[in-house]
Amino acid sequence: MNETAAFQKSALSFNAVCKTFVEGKRTIPALVNVTFNIRLGSISSLVGPDGAGKTTLIRVALGLLRPEQGDITLFDTPIASAPSYVQTVTGYMPQRFGLYEDLTVSENLDLYADLQGVASDERPERYHELMKMTNLQNFTSRLAGRLSGGMKQKLGLACTLLSSPKLLLLDEPTVGVDPVSRRELWSIVSRLVEEKHTTVLLSTAYLDEAERCDNIILLNEGRILDQGPPDSFTRGLQHRIFEITSDLNKRRLQQELQSAEGVLDAVIQGDLVRLVMREGYEPKKVKKIYDIHGIQIDSVSPRFEDGYIAMLDAEKGGLDAQGVEFDTAVKETKDGIVIAVDHIKRRFGDFYAVKDVSFQVFRGEVFGLLGANGAGKTTTFRMLCGMLPVSEGSLSVSGVDLRTAAAEARARVGYMSQKFSLYGSLSVMQNLRFFSSVYDLTGRRREERIQWALDQLELAPVKDASSGELPLGYKQRLALSCALMHEPDILFLDEPTSGVDPLARREFWKHINALSNSGVTVLVTTHFLEEAEYCDRLAIMVDGEIPAIGTPLEIRTQAGTIAREPIVSMEEAFVTLIREQSKN
Amino acid sequence: MNNKEQGKNLNQSGSGATAMRLRGIVRKEFLQIMRDPSSIAIAFLMPVLLLLLFGYGVSLDAEHVPVAVVVEHSSVHTASLTAKFSTSRYFEPVFITSLQEAKQALINHKVDGIIYLKSDFSRILKTGYEPAPIQVILNGVDSNTARLVSGYVQGIWATWIEELAREQGSRASMPVNLQHRIWFNSQVRSQNFLVPGLVAVIMTLIGALLTAMIVSREWERGTMEALMSTPVAIREILLGKIIPYFVLGMGGMLLTVALTVWLFDVPLRGSFWILVSTSALFLLTALGMGLFISTIARNQFIAGQAAIIVTFLPAFLLSGFIFDIESMPALVQAITHIIAARYFIMILQTVFLAGNVWSVIIPNAFALLVLAIIFLGLSRFKSYKRLD
Repeated sequence: MNETAAFQKSALSFNAVCKTFVEGKRTIPALVNVTFNIRLGSISSLVGPDGAGKTTLIRVALGLLRPEQGDITLFDTPIASAPSYVQTVTGYMPQRFGLYEDLTVSENLDLYADLQGVASDERPERYHELMKMTNLQNFTSRLAGRLSGGMKQKLGLACTLLSSPKLLLLDEPTVGVDPVSRRELWSIVSRLVEEKHTTVLLSTAYLDEAERCDNIILLNEGRILDQGPPDSFTRGLQHRIFEITSDLNKRRLQQELQSAEGVLDAVIQGDLVRLVMREGYEPKKVKKIYDIHGIQIDSVSPRFEDGYIAMLDAEKGGLDAQGVEFDTAVKETKDGIVIAVDHIKRRFGDFYAVKDVSFQVFRGEVFGLLGANGAGKTTTFRMLCGMLPVSEGSLSVSGVDLRTAAAEARARVGYMSQKFSLYGSLSVMQNLRFFSSVYDLTGRRREERIQWALDQLELAPVKDASSGELPLGYKQRLALSCALMHEPDILFLDEPTSGVDPLARREFWKHINALSNSGVTVLVTTHFLEEAEYCDRLAIMVDGEIPAIGTPLEIRTQAGTIAREPIVSMEEAFVTLIREQSKN
Repeated sequence: MNNKEQGKNLNQSGSGATAMRLRGIVRKEFLQIMRDPSSIAIAFLMPVLLLLLFGYGVSLDAEHVPVAVVVEHSSVHTASLTAKFSTSRYFEPVFITSLQEAKQALINHKVDGIIYLKSDFSRILKTGYEPAPIQVILNGVDSNTARLVSGYVQGIWATWIEELAREQGSRASMPVNLQHRIWFNSQVRSQNFLVPGLVAVIMTLIGALLTAMIVSREWERGTMEALMSTPVAIREILLGKIIPYFVLGMGGMLLTVALTVWLFDVPLRGSFWILVSTSALFLLTALGMGLFISTIARNQFIAGQAAIIVTFLPAFLLSGFIFDIESMPALVQAITHIIAARYFIMILQTVFLAGNVWSVIIPNAFALLVLAIIFLGLSRFKSYKRLD
């Protein structure tokens, strides 16, 4: 087969595809005039903010949703005329992997082999190959529900690969999966493309993953903003990207830069701040930047994330640059340790979810708890909130022992959970009223706090809107203001940005920074490693233990010592530490 | 490689591939049933529980009804009359001297009725010019029991008068001699008609409730989306759900019948095979309803609620299982015609108690067939291999 000819051919093409959903009286355009072409044997990724239409696009491509307009061609066959053809040549892994959790690994494989018509005599060889590829050989008789997130994802992938599909469609395959598993998945996908010339289309919220692809499709509100190879997104950004260091603490530096004129984006990256300037601006010529003490500016080459932010910025008419100013009055406590965790353990049956964990958090600190799913982050968190008693050890929050006065400690803590825990059918105002009454606020005090939330978090324009229908940024702010109603001095955030796109994540961290500057202590769990850089200090959790604790720099240095080479990215450090821990 | 691909593609549409996919789904379904304690509970524990409840607990017969007997002036006659009450299995008489006290006992639910023999009872009876008065006061709060008790009292009264007349050598002045026989259930045991009806309730539980919830669970957990992206056809998915739950439903039915016959001594006078085949027909309608509900409700909670309201409760209340359809208002009677359990209960009670009465079985079985076709057809029509 002539390889060059094969690569020119198209695997999947959309031509002016439109899809709308009707919800009550509202029609929501999910895909608007979507046109693209995916080459045979290439890896393409779909990126875009939440609700951009990524999942809809994949479902339409599979024939699971019928578009109102447009043509879709799969390997030269229009899918409208041959719906069953689509399912014989594609493999699809939906967001939750599509596994039966009450079946074992091999029973799941048997089911999908039956459904995809894999001949019985081919199976042993195929199973062996896939189990070896996914490293699940030793788990074939385990129930799928008992696998870790990363293993589930690999099993889901194995199930879709049983019949060697020509086109592989993956919907956010790496969400909620730890970095080690993410890497394994990518090496499997790359091998498929190399060895079997499989065509791959995947959606992702990780921009570094998109950057590895041959082709990127950037969706926003159902429209394609741009598409092409990763470097085509950064073409206009040459000489606009800088790495900045200064005498300031990096979080303070990031805030200063973000609020300066001509700055499009400023993010913390390792020990420095990465700066994206607007067209026609130069950091050396902006006084506010130039005046920063000890500033050092290095020009660097752009990457896909810069292009992504620039493009969405243009689309949305400018990102909200200014962080919210908080005037939360932090009650003066003895300066110093706010959270003290001393050799705590938590046992469930004969399983230790948390074994011998100790750390301290100081006033005004942003402290991160970093770890893969099942590492014990949430258990630790629940114990800190007083929702779960410790099996052994002691812990105190704001100087109050949680074993003796959990309620008192809880009154000083604000808590925001992964899913925001808002009442979607209530309006913004009703949510604020409800949460203020939960915290026993009454009379003038209550009105003051509600007014504070409306003013400072800029919720006033949407106060009568139903909170379930708000854009994500507003939802985050509302959830945050509900957690801050009673002016806590400590804020607990449980995976606040899980599944959230880079824009919303940036906005959220802006608020967290502002809070921390006003003296609130913030404890946050995350599995987004870039986010770890925003923390003053962090603890890495693996299998209920903390093998490393310290500033991001200290963690990277510690990992560098183990790896015997300098480590610059937090992801690299994390993977190294996890490998080291599992060796012990 | 190319040849292999070709061969496989041909295989996809052949009947061999259909059988393989069907086998895959059926096997998966059985594995899930075995691992899910709640399906086992609904299929096997629930029948036993309902049977024990209806077999031993619930009885529509009034037996050992506590009644207060107030005799103001005792005599030979009052003694022989009250003895009748004492020996009757329907009554549990409590002898109380004053009416006032008896009334209090009635109000406090200590007794369900009062039999009041006034002081002049014996005197009037002897003179024979006018009928001797006997007053029966009943607690109308439970109207069913009150009606039954009133009937029993009259029965006892009538036998007593007859015996009394015979003793005195004269024929009782009764122009009509009523001899009643109750066919098919001569002891009028309510168990005999309640327990067979449970077969319908249990099969509704398995066929409609369990099936609706199991399918909506696949939607909830996102596995339906994964199924639909494979070459499996929608009829294979439906059939793959029907087969296992059909087997489970028939298992539940056999268990219920076995317990009914051997534990509760309910006679099975008709043919066992007619029972099995009409049950199969009813189970298909129940499965059809369950699948139909799950095509509309894609979350377990709503599917469960819907199944209870449109299938389980009607099977209980509107099927003639407990409440007589004839005595319902005309509108409700009209509604019962679309309730499959109604036809099946009719067949069940006939086959168990009367035997193979074809004039009852055939029309009712036909109605079940029609409903099965409608519901299964609707679910087939409403299910397509798409998410929107």
